[in-house]
Amino acid sequence: MFEAFQFEFMRNALMAGLLASIACGIVGVYVVVKKIVSMSGSIAHATFGGIGLGYLLKFSPVMGAMLFSLLSALTMGFVTRKTKLPTDTAIGVLWAMGMALGVIFIGLSAGYAPDLMSYLFGNILTVPASDIVLMAVLDLIIIALVVIFYKEFLLLSFDEEFGTVVGMPVDGLYMLLLCMVALTVVVLIRVVGMILVIAMLTFPAALARQFTYDIKKMMALSVVFGMLFTFGGLWLSYALNLASGATIILLSGVVLLISYGVTGLRSRYRLKASA
Amino acid sequence: MPVKDVVRLENVWVSYADTPVLEDINLRVAEHDFLGIIGPNGGGKSTLLKVILGLKHPDRGMVTVLGNPPERSRSRIGYVPQYTEYDRNFPVSVREVVMMGRYGKTGMLKPYRQDDRDAVAKALERVGMTEHAGSQIGQLSGGQQQRAFIARALVAEPELLLLDEPTASVDSAMQTEFYEILEDLKKEMTIIMVSHDIGAVSVFVDKIACLNQRLYYHGSKEITPEILEATYKCPVQLIAHGDIPHRVLREH
Repeated sequence: MFEAFQFEFMRNALMAGLLASIACGIVGVYVVVKKIVSMSGSIAHATFGGIGLGYLLKFSPVMGAMLFSLLSALTMGFVTRKTKLPTDTAIGVLWAMGMALGVIFIGLSAGYAPDLMSYLFGNILTVPASDIVLMAVLDLIIIALVVIFYKEFLLLSFDEEFGTVVGMPVDGLYMLLLCMVALTVVVLIRVVGMILVIAMLTFPAALARQFTYDIKKMMALSVVFGMLFTFGGLWLSYALNLASGATIILLSGVVLLISYGVTGLRSRYRLKASA
Repeated sequence: MPVKDVVRLENVWVSYADTPVLEDINLRVAEHDFLGIIGPNGGGKSTLLKVILGLKHPDRGMVTVLGNPPERSRSRIGYVPQYTEYDRNFPVSVREVVMMGRYGKTGMLKPYRQDDRDAVAKALERVGMTEHAGSQIGQLSGGQQQRAFIARALVAEPELLLLDEPTASVDSAMQTEFYEILEDLKKEMTIIMVSHDIGAVSVFVDKIACLNQRLYYHGSKEITPEILEATYKCPVQLIAHGDIPHRVLREH
């Protein structure tokens, strides 16, 4: 394994994993506690339209993904807050429309879409240096937003109605939170792919939740878990010659299920013992 | 000197979609009143509080709170919502929950400061929750959670306190203790409490109104069986419990 790090692509992979873990660890906590997992899934999948547009108009598909993820976050925020369309319907509509647009754009670009698979399922080993820089910038933006709006996001996640009562602009902050999710999707897209993004947004945070009731500690733990999963999954995929993105997701999913399983068994055992 | 109206509703009509929820509500609440509003579930009690908070806009009618439209008075209102279904596992401590009540005074882009922390400590002490300040909110009993939410409403030093079904998740032993806290608070502020618990409400409040789409209120604590029947749309027997102090309402 260690001799692998002399290669530039390996160093890039490690950097990408680190940056992805930071973004998904922090934003994932909000996604989990605010229960916007499927909404985030919808935003992630809608980015396919942007990837397709990038291929069609010959600009970077990552930039297309960023454009579409932000657009879909704002659309989602607007539709769920200002129209009568039920949230889960909006999730389905946006999800499917974004994907459909992507298929059409890629079709129009004469079907030539190199690396399409790496956008769909991720390939941490092929992240170019330019994307590493972009990921670092997005991470900084996310960290800055969370530091600046920490008390707002806490109130928004815990009790929106009370937030309104004490004069907080909840709709605007909700949009901002969804935009943060959108940026995180862009950070993660190269590592695990747009289809698997939602797993990295939820698994580390959901696991962290098992160990603490403090939201800041939960973020820190979730970043650490994200790193362990990314590097553990990368090592496994290297050792077993499997796709890296999918291996990372499967590893974290299995750990998460074991953790919740153990907790469940333990509380049952405790109930029995106290009975 | 005329008594100042803290809350004033004139000909207020509210509906959700096309279903009327409140019809022609007229209500005046004076300073330092302790008003209990009773009525059946779905009678519009929570909606009335939301109208007073400016969270729900009436189709018709006028609402004034502390001399201003409700939205402009929000920073002077303390609100204890009905907590039946909030996420008990939410990673937040009692102290952090109470601090949320200071948001209106602090505002965006500014961190909470020492005077906010002092106010939180004071509010927690007032409801007897100081020792639980560091606990995660869901680990507390129903009564303790309720007191934490009252502390959150008190921490901004409101002039008007609105309570929505405050005793819903509190066992009866804790209820008396809870009303004692309110007894203490009513010296300093106007209180409006919504409840379906007729017995408990009538002991502690000064005035009672009955609400079932329409509001039956004549500025005192006496409710006639007729009003109760109109409110609940069925004959109601007034029951007085012996083990708590009670008042038998005169017939008229």
